[in-house]
Formats: sequence, structure tokens, C-alpha cells
Amino acid sequence: MTAALKIATDALLEVRGVTVRFGGIVALDNISFTVAEGQIAGLIGPNGAGKTTAFNVLSRLYKPSEGAVRFAGRSLLALGAHQIAGAGIGRTFQNLALFRSMSVLDNVIVGAHARGKSGFLGNAFRASLGRREERELSETARAMLTFVGLDHLAERPIASLPFGTQKRVELARALASKPRLLLLDEPAGGLNHEEVAELSGLVRRVRDGLGITVLLVEHHMAFVMGISDKVVALDFGRVIAEGPPAEVRCDERVIRAYLGKAEG
Amino acid sequence: MSAPGTIVSALPAQRIAGLDADFWRRVLIALAVMIAVLLPWAVSDYRVFQFTQAAIYAVALLGLNILTGYNGQISLGHGAFFAIGGYAAAILMHKLGVPYYLTIVPAGLAAFAVGVLFGLPALRLEGLYLALVTLSMAVATPQFLKYFDHWTGGSQGILLRKPAAPLWLPIGRDRWLYYQVLIVLLIAFWAGSNLLKSRTGRALVAIRDHPISAAAMGINLPLYKTCAFGVSALFTGIAGAMAAIVTGFVAPDSFNVFLSISFIVGSVVGGIATVSGAIFGGIFIQFIPNIANQISDAAPWAIYGMFLLGFMYVMPKGVAGFIKERAIRYRQARESADADEAR
Ligand SMILES: Nc1ncnc2c1ncn2[C@@H]1O[C@H](COP(=O)(O)OP(=O)(O)O)[C@@H](O)[C@H]1O
Ligand SMILES: [Mg+2]
Repeated sequence: MTAALKIATDALLEVRGVTVRFGGIVALDNISFTVAEGQIAGLIGPNGAGKTTAFNVLSRLYKPSEGAVRFAGRSLLALGAHQIAGAGIGRTFQNLALFRSMSVLDNVIVGAHARGKSGFLGNAFRASLGRREERELSETARAMLTFVGLDHLAERPIASLPFGTQKRVELARALASKPRLLLLDEPAGGLNHEEVAELSGLVRRVRDGLGITVLLVEHHMAFVMGISDKVVALDFGRVIAEGPPAEVRCDERVIRAYLGKAEG
Repeated sequence: MSAPGTIVSALPAQRIAGLDADFWRRVLIALAVMIAVLLPWAVSDYRVFQFTQAAIYAVALLGLNILTGYNGQISLGHGAFFAIGGYAAAILMHKLGVPYYLTIVPAGLAAFAVGVLFGLPALRLEGLYLALVTLSMAVATPQFLKYFDHWTGGSQGILLRKPAAPLWLPIGRDRWLYYQVLIVLLIAFWAGSNLLKSRTGRALVAIRDHPISAAAMGINLPLYKTCAFGVSALFTGIAGAMAAIVTGFVAPDSFNVFLSISFIVGSVVGGIATVSGAIFGGIFIQFIPNIANQISDAAPWAIYGMFLLGFMYVMPKGVAGFIKERAIRYRQARESADADEAR
């Protein structure tokens, strides 16, 4: 009992009893799970299980009809969508959501928006705060591009790059806000074998090198089981298993959920 | 509105003749300013007056470009902000005896306030719906101005005294006005391009490109979109104030729907998501109707329409977009030529 309580209060992220409905569909049905600081946690489940919906609740893009979400000791549901980055949560999107008219570097600089303060008036008249920020933000952005190995493409228009590279830019953009928790929605989706292997190393370095806790949604079982400290399995909007990858992999309900569908 | 393929800072920091692209950009700007300074001494007084008006339109279009080009909120009603700036300046001068040069900033602020008020309901509207609502604002403007006739002088409008050059400056009124407008234009374009190159400017473009993603990056959409409306109106209102000063007259019918349509035409023809495009757009809306008139007295608007088609056919991204594209191609050609030589 006391051990369970301790885990709950230690958790960096705590989702408790969250329900999301879209009209008649119950996309998330009273789900609860936690992610501890320093963990790489995987969120798995067949298509339509509610994984992206869960991310969108954490990003405050969707409002749950019931439940609570606590992050680093504060309630996330009290914040607006634009306050999540500042609170310390960065994310990538399942389908690319880059700013398509911008260069690679500018995309990543926008990722650091929450770290800046300068406004319309100061920026228009080149006040010193804005100029200092400009230097800091572009340094941060370049460092993140170096981190993901794309510094040589900084000036390129984003739209001119291949899919896998754009996904890495999205990762750099999410890192630019220097988050405590990083949400990755199907980071391996659409990548080839080599790229997936590189991605594993990269995600580990995000945790070990930058000290960022990671929660990732993934279909790619080998990838997610290989990298995660803990796995949460969803099916039809419910949590059907939560625990170390070796346990969840053998869980009867998880196997059934995946066998019941065409693809894993 | 889909992103009109802008190039925000996609140009590689390349070197031409040993100097970087930024240096050459500065050289071009310095040249353009020099031409603008010398221009009044090469043309007649009447032409000077026309160029003054083109410069005023350019400032108005810069405001529209910020809102529609960079932030993706379509406005077909910017003539209304031009009118607010014009009338604010006229009322300050005529009713309160404020010197003309002190009316420009308050006129801009008045337009800013109305722009913010308009930006709030605009948060709920997108694309064509926003276009229609702003169009209705343009349609209503002349009638509003006539209705509040105690302040606006009704359909007669307000007649103002045109400022004359100081006695010690032997340059004549038209050149005097031209240079003052030029100074305001330079400040407006300096501030506008600073804004668009900054954290704020990138946030505006991010909202246009992908609003959901922009919010996830921490950008406060309602705040930025409302401020974009206000700042856009500020520029256009300042332009309206200058128009009132240099023509010495404001009347409801000079702020009709066609003025608003001309603005969006000028923005698109010049290059809607660019800063320099506002200059080309200003020149277009000032001079093309005149040229069309000279070509055919009978059907000037048909000629105008043909000019418009021609411009959009040859330069679908506007004049500024066209020039940028050419510059990139020229560079790429040089690069591959250099690479061939090195082989
Ligand atoms: N914005 C939405 N409107 C209506 N239904 C939605 C919306 N987003 C998700 N859903 C539904 O919620 C369920 C879970 O979807 P999602 O979270 O995208 O699944 P996953 O990411 O696990 O594949 C699906 O049935 C989906 O159709
Ligand atoms: Mg999904």
C-alpha cells in the first residue's frame, strides 16, 4: 500500500480515470497510468485503440469529460494548449506537422518559442531582449539539429527533405523547448530498417544524454519492446496491461488484442 | 488560404563575389532608397504626387501582407482601416487643431484599436468566411462615415489645408510631402521587416502553416492572431492618415469597396507573403489604372483586368516572389557552373 502510494506521488506524469468521448464513440474509457521521471515508456495498442487521443489529452488539444492529469505536481487540465510546451512537455505528431514554408532551422527555432518572451513592440524596434533571445533561440535550435545529426541541413527548405529526415526535424523541434517529458507519436512510422535502428539510439540518447523522460506511441513491436522500461497497452480505449515489456508482451489480453487485428 | 509558398529564410547563407547574400540584400536596399530619394528631381510635380500616393499604398499593403500573407487571415476590408486612419487624422487636424505631423501616430493607434476589436470575432472565422465578413466591413464603411456626420462632415467629407514646405526649404509642396511620406515608409518597412524576422514573425507564419502544431509549440493563437489584426490595421491606418494629409481631403466615397479590393489586388500582385512586394503592389494600384486609361478611354477597366491577368500569369507568386525565385535560380546556376569548373 505505501509502496503503491509512493510510486503514484513520484510519477512525473500521472493520468487518472481519463475518459474522452466523440459523440457516441468512447475513445478513452477511464484510463489510468503513470510515467516516472527518467523512464522511457511505451504506449501500445492496435489501430484505433486511443493512443493518439491520449496524447491529444496531454497536449490539451482534447478535453476529457472525466479524469485528471497531473504533470510534475500540477494539474495539466487547468492549462491551455499553448501552455503545455512552457510547462515542460514537448511532442511530435503521428503525421508530420511541420511549418512547411520555413527552413529547417526556423522550424526548430519555433520549437523554442515557449522559451522566449519578446513581443510585437520589442521585436519591431529591435529591442535588446529580442536580439539576445534571437541568438539564444537559434543557438538552442542549432544544438538540437546537431543532436539529431541534421546541422548540415539547417538552411534548407523543410519541404525539400525526405520523410524520414522531416521526422527527425520534428524531433529536434520538440527538443528545442527543452522539455522534461517528450511525447513521440509513432516515431518509427514510415521509416526503413536502418532508420528505425538509428531512432532507437537517438531516443536513448534523449533520455540518457539530455535527461528527458520519454513516452512514445508505437506499432513497431521490436522497437518499442527493445527500448521501453515500461509499456502500457490500450485496446478499445481501455488499459489492458501495464508493466515491464517482458510481462506485457506475454499478457494474454495483449496477445488477443493484437491477434484479433489484421496487423500488429 | 494555403501558404503561398513563401521563402522565409530558406536561402542558404551563400556568397556571391566573395560577399554573403545578406550584404547584397543591403546593397539592393541602399540602391532602392537612393533611387527613391533622387526620384522627385527626375519627374514632374504631378508624378511626384503620384509616387507619394504609391508610397502611401505601399505602407497600407505592408499591413495587409502581415495579416493575410504572413498570418493567413484573409481581409477584403482593409479600406476600412485606411478610412479610420484618414478620418482620425482629419478630425484631429480640423476639429482639434492638431498639427498634421502629430496626427499620424494617434491615427495609427485608432486603427490598431479597431483592428484588435475586429480581430476578436475573427478568431472564430476562417478562410472564405473571414473574407466575407471583412468584405462586409468594406461595404459598410462609406455609410458609417456618412451616418456620424457631426464628426465626419457627412457626405461632404472634411476639407483640410495641405501642408506647405517650410520657407527655408526651396523644394515645393509636392516634394516636401513626398519626402515626409518616404520617411514614414522607411520607418514602417524597417519595423515591419524586423517584426517578421523575429520570434513574433515566425509565430505568425507558424500559425498560418499549421495552427495545431503552432499551439503545441507554445504559441498563444488568440493573442497572436488578434495582435496581427491590430498591427496590420495600424500600418494601414497610418497610410490612411498620410493619404488624408497629402490629398487635403477625406470623403466617404473615397473609401468604397473598390479601395479594399484594390488593396488585396496590390498585395497579391506584389507578392502577398513578402515585405518588398508591398512596394510593387503600391506602384501597381497607383499607376496601372492610369495607364489603362491612357491606353483606352472607352474600356479602361477591361485593360486593367488584362494587366492583372498578365501579371498573375507571368508572376503567380507576385513581383517579389518572382524576383526571389529568379535570384535562387541564378545562384543555383552559378553553383553548378562553379562545380563544373572545379571538376
Ligand atoms: N477528433 C476525433 N473525432 C472523432 N473521433 C475521433 C477523433 N479522434 C479520434 N477519434 C476516434 O477515437 C478512436 C481512437 O483513435 P486514435 O486515438 O487516433 O487511435 P490510435 O492512435 O490508437 O490509432 C478511434 O475510434 C477514432 O476514430
Ligand atoms: Mg494514432
